[in-house]
Amino acid sequence: MKRVLEGSQAVAEAVRLARVQVVSAYPITPQTHIVEFLSEYCSSGTMNARFLRVESEHSCMAALIGAQSAGVRTFTATSGQGLALMHELLHWASGARLPIVMAEVNRAFAPGWNIWVDQTDSLAQRDTGWIQLYCEDSQEVLDTTLQAYRLAESVALPVMVVLDAFFLSHTYEPVDVPEPEEADRFLPPYEARFQLDTAAPCSFGPLVPPSVYMEMRHDIARAMETALSNFSGMEGEFAAIFGRRYGTVEAIRCDDAEIVFVTSGTITSTARSVLENLRGRGEKPGILKIRLFRPFPVEAVRNALKGAKKVAVIDRNFSFGASGIFAQEVRAALCNAVGHPPVFGFVAGIGGRDVTPEVLEEIYWKTKNSAVPERESVWIGLQEVSHGT
Amino acid sequence: MELELSDREFMHSGHVGCPGCGAAIAMRFLLKALGEKMMMVLPACCWSVIAGPYPTTTLKIPVIHSAFETGGAVASGVRAALDMKGDTETTVVTWAGDGGTFDIGFQALSGAVERNEDFIYVCYDNEAYMNTGIQRSSSTPYGAWTTTTPGKDWKKMRKKNIVEALAAHRIPYAATASISHPEDLVRKVRRAQAVKGSRFLHIFASCPTGWKIPSEMAVKIARMAVQTNIFPLYEVEEGLHYTINLKPKRFPVREYFKIQGRFQHLTDADLDVIQKMVDEDWELLLRKAGEHA
Repeated sequence: MKRVLEGSQAVAEAVRLARVQVVSAYPITPQTHIVEFLSEYCSSGTMNARFLRVESEHSCMAALIGAQSAGVRTFTATSGQGLALMHELLHWASGARLPIVMAEVNRAFAPGWNIWVDQTDSLAQRDTGWIQLYCEDSQEVLDTTLQAYRLAESVALPVMVVLDAFFLSHTYEPVDVPEPEEADRFLPPYEARFQLDTAAPCSFGPLVPPSVYMEMRHDIARAMETALSNFSGMEGEFAAIFGRRYGTVEAIRCDDAEIVFVTSGTITSTARSVLENLRGRGEKPGILKIRLFRPFPVEAVRNALKGAKKVAVIDRNFSFGASGIFAQEVRAALCNAVGHPPVFGFVAGIGGRDVTPEVLEEIYWKTKNSAVPERESVWIGLQEVSHGT
Repeated sequence: MELELSDREFMHSGHVGCPGCGAAIAMRFLLKALGEKMMMVLPACCWSVIAGPYPTTTLKIPVIHSAFETGGAVASGVRAALDMKGDTETTVVTWAGDGGTFDIGFQALSGAVERNEDFIYVCYDNEAYMNTGIQRSSSTPYGAWTTTTPGKDWKKMRKKNIVEALAAHRIPYAATASISHPEDLVRKVRRAQAVKGSRFLHIFASCPTGWKIPSEMAVKIARMAVQTNIFPLYEVEEGLHYTINLKPKRFPVREYFKIQGRFQHLTDADLDVIQKMVDEDWELLLRKAGEHA
């Protein structure tokens, strides 16, 4: 049924449909609406779940590790500082092979305090062993959250569903909310592969010597590869029921494109309108939207970009001392592909600044008018700042 | 008091604790008292090692090892999952050292007991970070040498009173126990098991390695701590009602300190200061219990 929902409620509706049994969360702007909806659902009986109102994000993830280890489906949501506080336990969740699902509302780091969108928080967790999916609109948020459980449970790895602060979390859009029976067909009840059980006592996570630790880590690496190879089949089943599919990436008019924007999150929607405008003026841009960031879809990225003359990656994040993080990943994916196009890295929209059609056009012309990238990253829209002495 | 305890063991032989390890003794009594319908959360502590490396384990119960500061939180999650599965019979126990309880895990513990999560939190207290090589914790007593309180920098701060901190949360049940008094320890474990909500047990567990005592002194030194009132045995219900389980003859603390390597630097004047502290704490406890010296 089509309803007009906030992105935050799209998350909550998916969690309800997934029949999650234990929810835990600690409030942080701009994640709070997700938590408020779920708190209400648990309290009213709309969901048959326990809501653990813990005293920190660290304890939140720890509680989910305990709950999932005892054999139930779990969920949490966080942002920015909260995600950073969880960091230690993100490694723990993947190392323990627990299919926990988390919504992550991208928020900039302090200091100074900034509650607006910036992807540095989630991208800083790229090495934690979590699958990461970035969403463009609220329908995709709902669908991705449901898909996250299938993906997580099929490979026993946790999944982070990432959405832009405010542009998604607090924006109302029409969303097709599936019926519970449809959701159940896609996502059967959770059956733990292993769990704490007094009838079959086991020890989880004990001391592990070098003679076996490496193999355990290699298993996680293989599970990531399996997640990538399972993705299309999982989405096929989703499409058969709901009629929608998104892919690991979406290549928009890349076949004849000369310059391809690489985007993620809501910037993609703005890029779609810029693309139409530029095409109308005889230009040939394309867009490669990256949805799945971990595991990184190297082959899909190479295929989409193989015909492009130039690639312009737009990063709403930055790795200090290096470059935008999507740009790093795209360069790494292309460097062993013969005859790959040059990659221009652009940094825009940091700390919630608007990325307008004008910003994207500026990026297009800068890329078109430069033979080769002059720097690893070009920051777009910087103001002249007087620093004083 | 007669000790009524099953012959059944829930620890395999072959744990890898040090000889005379008080924490191993404490675990054995706890498991015997609780029986098999229990699950254990084991945040980083000596027991992370004592249980043995993969693929072996000395524990015959379901165990989830967890990050250092998460004892209260992981147990909250396990309990919530069991409740959702309709299992109200299984007891969830967190088994943590003093570092994981008094220091790094204190926030998660405070959060869990404020929510009155239905589990037993056990702190086995060996009065320092023994697993990492004898570094001071906020449970390390006044006067002690550790590798981070060496030489003239021996610890000048009092041991944190963890039971009082827990009692301040008004939890249903909190108690101290010692490996030297197993009948009292077992009774308290069973009492805790019968109560709903957050329960806290503080078990004095001597550490021959860290305290620099012969391993055969492990139980005796714990008994001396009780008999000198350094570690009194008592219970607190609802954070208000105190019961002192044993009133010893108040042996002077001097003998307890003299035989431990970690206190060898203390002078008679230092020991006088410590005796005063112990007397003061005992008077305070008597007042809370509505008794007089």
